[in-house]
Amino acid sequence: MKQPLLSVADLYIKFSLRGRVLTAIRGASLDLYAGETLAIVGESGSGKTVLTKSFVGMLDANGWVDAGFIRFAGQDLAKYRGDGQWRTIRGKKIAMVFQDPMTALNPLRTVELHTPLRGMAAKDRAIELLSQVGIALPEQRYHQYPHEFSGGMRQRVVIAIAMSCSPQILICDEPTTALDVTIQAQILDLIRRLQTEYNLTVIYITHDLGVVANVASRVAVMYAGEIVECGTSREIFYNAQHPYTWALLSSLPQLGIKGQPLFSIRGTPPNLFAEIKGDAYAPRNSYALEIDFVKRPPCFQVSPTHYARTWLLDPRAPKVEPPATIKHLRAKFVEGALCK
Amino acid sequence: MQVSKEVLMEVKNLRVEFKGGSKKPFVAVDDISFKIYRGETFGLVGESGSGKTSIGRAMVRINEAAGGEILFKGQRINGLISKELDREVTQKIQMIFQDPMASLNERAKVDYIVAEGLYNTKAYQSEAERKAMVSQALLAVGLLPEFASRFPHEFSGGQRQRIGVARALVMQPEFIIADEPISSLDVSIRAQVLNLLAELQQQRNLTYMFIAHDLSVVRFITDRVAVINRGQLVELADTEDLFANPLHPYTRSLLSAVPIPDPALEQAKVIIPYDPQSHDYAVHKPSWVEVTPKHFVLGNATEIQEYRQRLA
Repeated sequence: MKQPLLSVADLYIKFSLRGRVLTAIRGASLDLYAGETLAIVGESGSGKTVLTKSFVGMLDANGWVDAGFIRFAGQDLAKYRGDGQWRTIRGKKIAMVFQDPMTALNPLRTVELHTPLRGMAAKDRAIELLSQVGIALPEQRYHQYPHEFSGGMRQRVVIAIAMSCSPQILICDEPTTALDVTIQAQILDLIRRLQTEYNLTVIYITHDLGVVANVASRVAVMYAGEIVECGTSREIFYNAQHPYTWALLSSLPQLGIKGQPLFSIRGTPPNLFAEIKGDAYAPRNSYALEIDFVKRPPCFQVSPTHYARTWLLDPRAPKVEPPATIKHLRAKFVEGALCK
Repeated sequence: MQVSKEVLMEVKNLRVEFKGGSKKPFVAVDDISFKIYRGETFGLVGESGSGKTSIGRAMVRINEAAGGEILFKGQRINGLISKELDREVTQKIQMIFQDPMASLNERAKVDYIVAEGLYNTKAYQSEAERKAMVSQALLAVGLLPEFASRFPHEFSGGQRQRIGVARALVMQPEFIIADEPISSLDVSIRAQVLNLLAELQQQRNLTYMFIAHDLSVVRFITDRVAVINRGQLVELADTEDLFANPLHPYTRSLLSAVPIPDPALEQAKVIIPYDPQSHDYAVHKPSWVEVTPKHFVLGNATEIQEYRQRLA
């Protein structure tokens, strides 16, 4: 098997909040391979953003890596301290694109100042970048302020900034949530094009499964700070094993039948201040076994590329079928007029 | 859902303008007309900047209409109206806003937030009655009456949106305008809020106007949909009819871009681009035509003929 480009093992990230300690990431392990597109999905608060922010040293000041390692280019990023050290990675090797293009840019600066080089070379490079991300008339646009750009155009500028140091890994945190479907499709195409041109590895953080289906080669599902299931995009959409992944797929409005309630996950995510016993998803899981409340499930390998943390995969567990609605996911969309 | 033939809300040739300095006003909504029947869920879709929110805000009278009429149960409610009618409309037409993180007053307790409309219309006899109304509204949206003494920051996004719904419900409205009520929520919480809205509609025979850009949600919850582009309605039909037989090129483009949560289908998807220049309206002006029963589309004579042929 290929060597991973970035490897996270048994990572714990904690935050101290008003004298209490919150465990945001609880033993997450994840490999990232060169050239792939990995999508991380999960509810808000599941730790998707915190996990990826730890790759660029952008955790808030009250947060720290408590255990585990993040191996990248022969170094352990979990041991990095201070901006000096992080600057060799952040932006240069691993860059990040944030959710809201309306707030990611400094409104008082022209687009010119949002790029890092200085002097004429910087200007030329900036203009080149702007044209690469599909901005028409880059020479004129270069002198404009962010408010003169539309949402889609701003997101293009943010991507140009992220690309400015030719990073190896691009992390896109909900890059299209604030955008319309038509603009969203354009931005996803742009990222795909840059990816092939620069041999980029891309991590998408999103809760939109439509976006995941569009871009991802692999998918990691997060719940309460751990990765509960990970596999190729097809393995996750067509052969999911974890009840939480089943629940996420079942709550898609596309699967709803008019006049009947839509599937929704009962209860709320666990309190991350408290110690979690057993499987964090157990209290909300209608398929939970007794052991789920006692012991944390290990990772069960489903295929060489697919694993899930659920006791249901233990050979001793009763055989459980995934919910009927998602088994027929595909048929449902084929008959739906949406794909005409 | 009991959809009657009673027109609850009617918008006639509505025009909304925004004036900026000395420049000529920006026309956000131009000559829009539609009817909403009692008990139905009417969807208004379009991209950002299309004017869909401006229509909603004109209907609750946050934005002033620059032209046209807005009728509630046949009575004009825009412009100068009597005090009694104003009070009735304020109570009967409510709005749920997009972002529950931004639309609740952070300094006020839930009790005040939910009761604010009651205070404004003095729609209660005693303090005890007001408290009871707040408790009832909170219970109706699945929150506990004890939550009344808490502040918004103590709640999650889904709970905050429930507070937003409770604030509308406490007024005993007949018509609720929901402006992207779930687009800032998580997938799993979306389902809860959608179910809540559907349940309340059945219990109270509410009429909704649902403003959204997420077409998969619109398809699930609405009975009829109007598509708006650059301040103009381009198509209106029963939801299933619209999704099965989209006629206007803008509608087709919008539907083709909807993400499908299935890797094989999503990656094979072809997006139809929309070119506003494709219409030749220099000589033959477009008009609003009922192509098949209850299916309206904007087009000139040639286009309408084409649409009819496509359906045949």
